[in-house]
Amino acid sequence: MNTAQEDINTLTEPKKTISVSGSVALLEGLIAEGTDTIFGYPGGAIMPIYDAIYDYKDKLKHILVRHEQGGTHAGQGYARTSGKVGVVFATSGPGATNLVTGLADAQIDSTPMVCITGQVYAHLLGTDAFQETDVINITTPVTKWNYQITDANEIPAVLAKAFYIARSGRPGPVLIDITKNAQLQMFDFEGYTPCDHVRSYRPKPNVRKEYIEEAAALINKAKKPFILFGQGVSLGFAEQEFKAFVEKSGIPAAWTILGAGAIPTDHPLNVGMLGMHGNYGPNVQTNSCDVLIAIGMRFDDRVTGRLDKYAKQAKVIHLDIDPAEIDKNVKADVPVWGDCKETLPLLTALVEEKKHTEWLAEFRAFDKTEQEVVIQPELNPESGEMTMGEVINQLNILTKGEAIIVTDVGQHQMVACRYAKFNHTRSNITSGGLGTMGFGLPAAIGAKFGAPDRTVVAVIGDGGFQMTLQELGTIMQSGVDVKIMILNNRFLGMVRQWQQLFHEKRYSFVDITSPDFVKLADSYYIAGKRISEREDLVSSLEEMLNHKGSFLLEVMVAQEHNVFPMVPQGSSVSEIRLK
Amino acid sequence: MSNSQDIEINEKQEFTITVYTENQIGLLNRIAIIFSRRKINIDSLNTSPSEIEHIHRFNIVINETEDVVRKLARQIEKQVEVLKVYFNTNEDIIWQEMALYKVPTDTIAELVSVERLLRENGARAVVIRKDYTVFETTGHREETDKLIEVLQPFGLIEFVRSARVAIIKSSDGFNRKLREFERREPGQDVIENEFLDAEKNVFSM
Repeated sequence: MNTAQEDINTLTEPKKTISVSGSVALLEGLIAEGTDTIFGYPGGAIMPIYDAIYDYKDKLKHILVRHEQGGTHAGQGYARTSGKVGVVFATSGPGATNLVTGLADAQIDSTPMVCITGQVYAHLLGTDAFQETDVINITTPVTKWNYQITDANEIPAVLAKAFYIARSGRPGPVLIDITKNAQLQMFDFEGYTPCDHVRSYRPKPNVRKEYIEEAAALINKAKKPFILFGQGVSLGFAEQEFKAFVEKSGIPAAWTILGAGAIPTDHPLNVGMLGMHGNYGPNVQTNSCDVLIAIGMRFDDRVTGRLDKYAKQAKVIHLDIDPAEIDKNVKADVPVWGDCKETLPLLTALVEEKKHTEWLAEFRAFDKTEQEVVIQPELNPESGEMTMGEVINQLNILTKGEAIIVTDVGQHQMVACRYAKFNHTRSNITSGGLGTMGFGLPAAIGAKFGAPDRTVVAVIGDGGFQMTLQELGTIMQSGVDVKIMILNNRFLGMVRQWQQLFHEKRYSFVDITSPDFVKLADSYYIAGKRISEREDLVSSLEEMLNHKGSFLLEVMVAQEHNVFPMVPQGSSVSEIRLK
Repeated sequence: MSNSQDIEINEKQEFTITVYTENQIGLLNRIAIIFSRRKINIDSLNTSPSEIEHIHRFNIVINETEDVVRKLARQIEKQVEVLKVYFNTNEDIIWQEMALYKVPTDTIAELVSVERLLRENGARAVVIRKDYTVFETTGHREETDKLIEVLQPFGLIEFVRSARVAIIKSSDGFNRKLREFERREPGQDVIENEFLDAEKNVFSM
């Protein structure tokens, strides 16, 4: 007798059907969609799928995570480095609810994911059955789309629709909940047809030429044009188109943290980071430019600061694929609706070749001040405890900007985003919109599976690490090579910084103690080292990077060090503080 | 919106949001949470079939500023199963609500004035039983509200009002729009919303 897989291999003639289980159809669909890695955790209601995957071990790599939240962050890391759709499996009930944080993170950061959850038998729905939870309604606000399957016949078409929705337009997470009976049910499988159209869904708006022309006219007249770019550039695989636009127009360009790396950090027109802990020049100049060109970014409040004092003097051109983003936070004078892979070349063709030398020099002047007041003391301190910035700086020197840097959330994240050097796109993996502590370690695992040939360094604080440190078990078992760098300041540093600056130093529950991280790593058979002296930094980083396999380096850094510059909440971007 | 120039954009007023959708379980929740997430109350909500088979039509009434309504419309239209969202002020639509009133039959029978009042208010009897009579009116909110006041002294037993249903005065229906949606690759020259530039009263991608 043939196995189901061998039967499927004979499925070349059109319209031939074979009887397979819903679970097998699901796995065939995943393979057809190009899935090679799944992050998951089994349980009662998803057992038929896990039984089927037992026969698919040669085609689908399943990574057993230690918690479903870790699965979602790994899926995100994978999606962000590979440009593919992250796939996550979880069981019903608690397995499904554990996905919520990762889904919310993926939703707000537009990360394409397909999550498959098991569900109780269809006839038990609504009976408070064991491990039954209403995952569709729980996840509705945090998914781009979700659907419950109760009949195996639906599986191929729904999966195809899920992948199409997850990756097209503005990407996002999709969840499919499959009842156990549908996983088990045998049905006539006609093969898998990918989806390329959903009637009610417009992944991208039509490009309106008149807006392109209006935008180009504004840009050509501008004396002080300024580009803000976000993740839309890399989500749209439009890095080349973006670079061409920037270089022809000669306009200084600054990035949101998710936009980092879309053009190399040391590109002459890359003027730095926007937002609360961004660079001095980009923040101040937002309020002195005459034309603001926002590309694939959504004017998050951490970028804009006080909205009624944000770029009021400027004409705003907003390029975005999501019509709901236009005018949401900042009113656009010219809305350039569309995929920037299409709109940027049209715009580039119409803009005049220019060099805004004097305008660019203004940015350089701000840079000089920031270098003196903030950056040099942060990156090259001569005495005292180590700073986070100098650790990142030494890492840059050793990796030459070639590494993927995954961060958690907090001070170390801002420092890493500010100072890490990126030569390539899809290299800065961080939780931007949701600010999910605990993101770093599991996301780094996924990032490595998504880009196995690149060095992946996870930069994590002592607080965030303790939120998902169980994923050390995933590293141990899968053998994935992730360099973990804990920047330990013995505080929940970002909250402490705010308490110091805005709450009269009333340090309320921010002094966090930690286990011996090196011993912890050792118990997972992961090599590790702790350093607290500056003279050990370079050699230890080298040791970490050269180590075969994963390595945990704990760096004891200054306890009460603040991240500057800073746009205090409620202040205008031009009121940025250097200290 | 005929008098939009006169009304401050940040002044709250009644808006009727018309949503054309596929028929899918869970979509009601997806749409409802767009309002509840922003702590906006839905004054009235009706789902019904539309002029096209299998396509559903939501009528949602809220009291908000035009700016907020436009953003909400965009968020609704972003949902995968939503085809199209229009929003209109009361001047732009023909709308009706239906109300039922249950009153004791003996009062009606004894007091001729009640019958006259009902006639004046355009009510008609739906059911007449020995113990009670059910009247029905359709009309605007003020009209159905007025009848409550009128009937209250005569022992109004029960009252219920339906959600608003509304027809957009300037709409040509959804058939042509649907054909554009069904076309797999819409041409570059398709301007999504024929009213957009002219009247500003419809949102479009």
